[in-house]
Amino acid sequence: MGRERPATDDARRRIHLLMLAPAVLLLCVFFVIPLLGMIRRSFVDGNVFANYASIFSSDVYLHVFLLTFRISAIVTAISLLLGYPVAYLLAHAKAGIARVVLIFVVLPYFTSVMVRTFAWIVLIGREGIINQQLAIYGLRLPFDLLYNEAGVLIGMTYILVPFMILTLYASMRGIDPTFTRAAYGLGASPAAAFLRVFLPLSLPGVAAGSLLVFILALGFFITPALMGGPADITLAMLIEREVEITMNWSFAAALATTLLIVTLIAFAVYARVARLGRLLEPLS
Amino acid sequence: MTMETGQQPSAGTWLLRGIVALILMFLMTPVLIIVIISFENSLQLRFPPQEYSFRWYVRFLADPAWQRAIWVSLQVALITTVLATTLGFFAALALVRTRMRTKLVIYGFLLTPLIVPAIISAIAFYMTFAKLGASGSVLGIALGHTMMALPLVVIILTAAFRNLDERYEWAALSLGAGHWYTWSRITIPLAAPALISAALFAFLSSFDELLIALFLSGIRAQTLSVRIWNSLTLQIEPTIAAVSAFFVALTVLVLALDALLAYRTRRRQS
Repeated sequence: MGRERPATDDARRRIHLLMLAPAVLLLCVFFVIPLLGMIRRSFVDGNVFANYASIFSSDVYLHVFLLTFRISAIVTAISLLLGYPVAYLLAHAKAGIARVVLIFVVLPYFTSVMVRTFAWIVLIGREGIINQQLAIYGLRLPFDLLYNEAGVLIGMTYILVPFMILTLYASMRGIDPTFTRAAYGLGASPAAAFLRVFLPLSLPGVAAGSLLVFILALGFFITPALMGGPADITLAMLIEREVEITMNWSFAAALATTLLIVTLIAFAVYARVARLGRLLEPLS
Repeated sequence: MTMETGQQPSAGTWLLRGIVALILMFLMTPVLIIVIISFENSLQLRFPPQEYSFRWYVRFLADPAWQRAIWVSLQVALITTVLATTLGFFAALALVRTRMRTKLVIYGFLLTPLIVPAIISAIAFYMTFAKLGASGSVLGIALGHTMMALPLVVIILTAAFRNLDERYEWAALSLGAGHWYTWSRITIPLAAPALISAALFAFLSSFDELLIALFLSGIRAQTLSVRIWNSLTLQIEPTIAAVSAFFVALTVLVLALDALLAYRTRRRQS
């Protein structure tokens, strides 16, 4: 580095710490301390792990966990199926086309989750727009799509597909196109070039996108609460009920702590797969 | 799959394009339909509307309860934007420039609110601050929202500041400019487009946030999101379509401004 640098390393370090301090402190006071307080609240005086014992010994709560995992897994799988072709096309399209496609992905992505959920309620409800349209031809949907697990899956997939597309696209853009061209040059068919060259190279992106969608799905509240039936209680909904209706804060805290631990474990895997550390390197 | 090889598009390519077109329709249709049916005149939401009118918009904007909600949402979002952007600006600049070995840890720490499920952050915040007077308080909700917006701001700004060459500032300093002058004339103007972009997304994230606002709302401080939620869980009224269209319009505005900023920055750099 040049001699014109204005400050010594020590002084620079102090300035940087000073710049970081307000954000870090505020996050501690309004985020970390409340979280730690919540975790502490989950332990009961006397029998410390009583809440956790009742979570894991009750069929009712285990059912909620299993349902949450199952919904998250199905939503992740469908999101991958829908997201992969879009990301593939984005990564190979000309800049102009890619820009148009991105608008279709990014506008829903940034639109309020509640508004998008409402849109699906209006669309697939019993008297909804899809049935209104079908009624013109004397038809209607043979089964209900809303207020059951199908509704939850449709709504959550819709909201999470953009996360999948954007993660896959970011990863696919880093795949050197000369590899696929080399495969063509060596006589590979398009299908073989895709299956043997591009697909394996895209797997880290697939892992990152799937983990991200799965993590987000685990903690989903708005969509299952609005689109599910009485039996479709996810973990996030159970936590909200324990706080607002049962007012059993200690038990709610234990449920939340369990969800938090599962999420953090999944995120630790995600951080390794997506190599988040690269994002900070200065370019110059 | 031959898009890059310069041959004629094969059947496979057309199949891929067709599938992608369907998926894009799936993504965009609900958003468009909400906007279109918000102009329906009758009590039942129909597509296409039988008769177009601004009836539900008038109802939305003239109702004192909705007006109050708009005002609460605006106050919360503005406080959130100012706090999150200011804090995020200093943090992001320090993160990109420092050579501290712990910077990755600090970066990860600042992003944690993004990883923790919103329901958990919301109940933790509620359990800690409800009794301290945050319930029904605009400032309380805004502080909660600031924690959620901070990671967005830090991500946007660290990405932008990687392009911000510190040598411009060193040049100014070595030519005799003071620290304050260098900040206000070099650093801030160079960072301005990214700052505005980060502020826009902080604003949008606060405007859309439901859970923290829901737990802390009380009777006095119901944001727009909380009012929509109450309507959706109790009795769906057609006004909601107009309110939803308003949210979509706000999102389009934020994205358009962001695209404009990005375009101008690119043009200036080239």
